[in-house]
Amino acid sequence: MSEEIKTNGYKLYVGKIEEGFVIDHIHAGRGMKIYRDLGLDRLDCSVAIILNASSKKMGKKDMIKVECPIDQFDMDFFGFLDPSATVDVIKDGEIISKPKLKLPEKLVNVVRCHNPRCITSGEAQLDQVFILTDPLRGTYRCKYCETAYKNED
Amino acid sequence: MKKSIISPMDITVDELGALMDLADDIMKYPEKYAHACDGRILATLFFEPSTRTRLSFEAAMLRLGGKTMGFASADSSSATKGETVADTVRVISSFADICAMRHPKEGAPAVAAAHATIPVINAGDGGHHHPTQTLTDLFTIRSLKGRLDHMTVGFCGDLKFGRTVHSLIRALVNYTDVRFVFISPRELTIPDYIRNDILIRENIPFEEVSRLEDVLPRLDLLYMTRVQRERFFNEEDYMRLKDSYILDKKKMSLAREDMMVLHPLPRVNEIATEVDSDPRAVYFEQVRYGMYIRMALILTLLEIKVD
Repeated sequence: MSEEIKTNGYKLYVGKIEEGFVIDHIHAGRGMKIYRDLGLDRLDCSVAIILNASSKKMGKKDMIKVECPIDQFDMDFFGFLDPSATVDVIKDGEIISKPKLKLPEKLVNVVRCHNPRCITSGEAQLDQVFILTDPLRGTYRCKYCETAYKNED
Repeated sequence: MKKSIISPMDITVDELGALMDLADDIMKYPEKYAHACDGRILATLFFEPSTRTRLSFEAAMLRLGGKTMGFASADSSSATKGETVADTVRVISSFADICAMRHPKEGAPAVAAAHATIPVINAGDGGHHHPTQTLTDLFTIRSLKGRLDHMTVGFCGDLKFGRTVHSLIRALVNYTDVRFVFISPRELTIPDYIRNDILIRENIPFEEVSRLEDVLPRLDLLYMTRVQRERFFNEEDYMRLKDSYILDKKKMSLAREDMMVLHPLPRVNEIATEVDSDPRAVYFEQVRYGMYIRMALILTLLEIKVD
């Protein structure tokens, strides 16, 4: 059985996932970035990226469907990449859970500090570490210079 | 207390009270502490020159009977050979018992603290933190005013880049009934994270004005700052703004009899030298308090108790 998505009159067919996960409700335009940031381009499994799908809630949205077990991913990281995203975990062709995404407490070598005066700008061997300092606003600050990181495209 | 002091927030209000009590005792009975650090070594690792802060640390250690060593600029350290901060402090940990580090890169002392086996005191990292200046400011105010609460505090000059201002605001909000008046040109107002995340969120009364004369009569304390050339990327902006706010005798005549003028120093021209003889000008006394609070900090971090 295939799931059908209509886009401007063409029909796209994405095969049903037996075991894997779907990242849904991604802000339109962020799908490719998330695909790369999660390292999905390096996986040896089926990945479908749907860009600009119509959404009642969001107008347009991106989606990523991945046919591989979710265990190897840090789900908190999904929340950091796009706080509006949701995840459906699929096994034997059925959705078995919709885990609630939360922001990770700490990001190591995920984003870079852009403060030119930060010690990380002079010493490349240092890990880039960001700490979640304000969970309500999703503010992360560099562990060293405390400059805020804004998760914007 | 934490093993290393990187940010003023590393010290709780209670620990701060204990530090200031100890500094008071050292001021009163210096002979009691004259050999407290016999046989101990303080390393001053100054990757950026700062004569006053370095000498204050060295004077503090010498007056405790300890010895000091170190370097006064990156040129005379192995940083010129490309050595990392982490490696430098690993090496220094074998030689010294405690170190004070100034570095132009923000966060460098935090890296040092993570790799050192001895206590690290941040002696200023770029525009980020300078906790012993905050301790100096607080100890001066408490010593000369007799309190840290119930007062209107004015900050004048470069409030955008002035790290001493940001740290002192963060420290003073812990005390009851402290109100702030910020006097600066539009380009140099306090950053949003101070305005929104601290003052507005904590419901602390504050106002932002552009003329010093208008608010001077209401202040219990005026904290003057220098518009620092090294914080500007652009020489033109620096030249345009550096003389914006100058405190002189005429302006001082508007202030209360018991108002106090503080300044983290060095002063360039933002306080006219004619103000120096005014008893309300306490910025040179402030330097002395700075040495005593550093003595208290060194003793506390080395866990040395003097009966």
